[in-house]
Amino acid sequence: MSRVTGLSCRECGTLFSATPIHVCELCFGPLEVSYDYEVIGAQVSRASIAAGPPSLWRYKALLPVEGDRLVDTHAGWTPLIRAENLGRALGLRDVWVKNDTVNPTFSFKDRPVSIAANKALEFGFDTIACASTGNLAGAVAAAGAKAGLRPVIFIPADLEPSKIGAASVYGPTVVAVDGTYDDVNRLCSEIGDTYSWAFVNINVRPYYSEGSKTLAYEVAEQLGWQTPDRVVVPIASGSLFTKVWKGFNELLKLGLATGPRPKMVAAQAEGCSPVVQAYRARTLNVQPVRPRTIAKSLAIGNPADGYYSLKIIRESGGDAEAVSDAEIIEGIKLLARTEGIFAETAGGVTVATLKKLAEAGRVDPDERIVVYVTGNGLKTLEALAGQLAEPIRIPPSMSAFEAALTRSPQPVGGR
Amino acid sequence: MIKRRVKFTFPPDLVTQPVIYSMGKQFNVVTNIRRANVTRERGWVVLELSGEEDEITRALEWARNQGVRVDPLEGDILAG
Repeated sequence: MSRVTGLSCRECGTLFSATPIHVCELCFGPLEVSYDYEVIGAQVSRASIAAGPPSLWRYKALLPVEGDRLVDTHAGWTPLIRAENLGRALGLRDVWVKNDTVNPTFSFKDRPVSIAANKALEFGFDTIACASTGNLAGAVAAAGAKAGLRPVIFIPADLEPSKIGAASVYGPTVVAVDGTYDDVNRLCSEIGDTYSWAFVNINVRPYYSEGSKTLAYEVAEQLGWQTPDRVVVPIASGSLFTKVWKGFNELLKLGLATGPRPKMVAAQAEGCSPVVQAYRARTLNVQPVRPRTIAKSLAIGNPADGYYSLKIIRESGGDAEAVSDAEIIEGIKLLARTEGIFAETAGGVTVATLKKLAEAGRVDPDERIVVYVTGNGLKTLEALAGQLAEPIRIPPSMSAFEAALTRSPQPVGGR
Repeated sequence: MIKRRVKFTFPPDLVTQPVIYSMGKQFNVVTNIRRANVTRERGWVVLELSGEEDEITRALEWARNQGVRVDPLEGDILAG
């Protein structure tokens, strides 16, 4: 029997067959992969997962991929680090960092794109497409190259060339669209309707987004099949946030993990914080905003899953907070200087959000907290321009060196 | 003839106005509402427009000029 029962509408519950569609034909609500958990429960165990590969495919029984032929870019199974130094700096005793900076294209996007690429092959598509300003473009271009699919990437024409270089190396077709951010969105929606392509965040989105569940599976497995008390997750579209929640709930439902249902903390940049603003206004209605933040990977002003994220914050007893650009930079530096992990701006957002909550007494200092760091700092070096100490320049003499040493910074972390 | 699925978001001053009716009267497009949430302060409506492509484009441009925010059904597609 198939583990996947179909695609169900998140609004009206209507079930559709598992095809490349993303919208309910009746109410236009978004579709989500629906599973038969009895079938999955009979196929999967902690031992079977542990015997799997050191990648997200160890959780294949919990993912909507059929057949045995897998295109594997070795995404996932990234380190979960006990962040003692960071915890000490924040006055918290049990902080962990899920370090997803070390994926094949250096962001968590390799996870959902792994599922999308395999579904694209299953459905018989020859092209995989996305609209992206960075991380997603790289992940789609790389997975497309590995899978033998033609990657097509849409970018705004005014995007800095450095942003797309890390995707262009994989040989995709890159289409630069003249016009505003809204124009790019509108065009891509129309292309998604017109062309028979696997458009990762349109027609294969229900499958694509399931890949993010593995960020919950891994954390639980790496904690000895225990769920944490609280997780801090960045919100762009809200897809990652909703899938991390789904992942933990699935493990608990299947008896694979034990522990609490984690309190879900949504982290956004103040300059693009539609979900946090709705949370502060105590409403589930997200008002779209125009992004103005250095956290470009989170700059989604009209988040598709904003409403569902807000429901999860409420249901989990979670929280939501936004941080300024200056706090994001401080968050990046704090993580780097305590744990030796260089995060992109989205990681600065989650670390800074935890710092803000800790300082306000909004977290229990003894609870187990996992901070998700979803992308590598080398992707957003420009955010740190002028923010770091210059090298200490000296003439080639021992006395000059010894004088310079007295002016060098002291470690923040350490024992 | 094409179909286009969009989300209209209304600011407070437009919540009580018959914008969708007026659009259907002024342009040769069929409007088909599938889901909506309208409160005193704000509202959104998910609908499908059917008609000639140019006419739909003109109708949506008119709606934007009235102050309605028009988005693809999928929300923002352009991701980080």
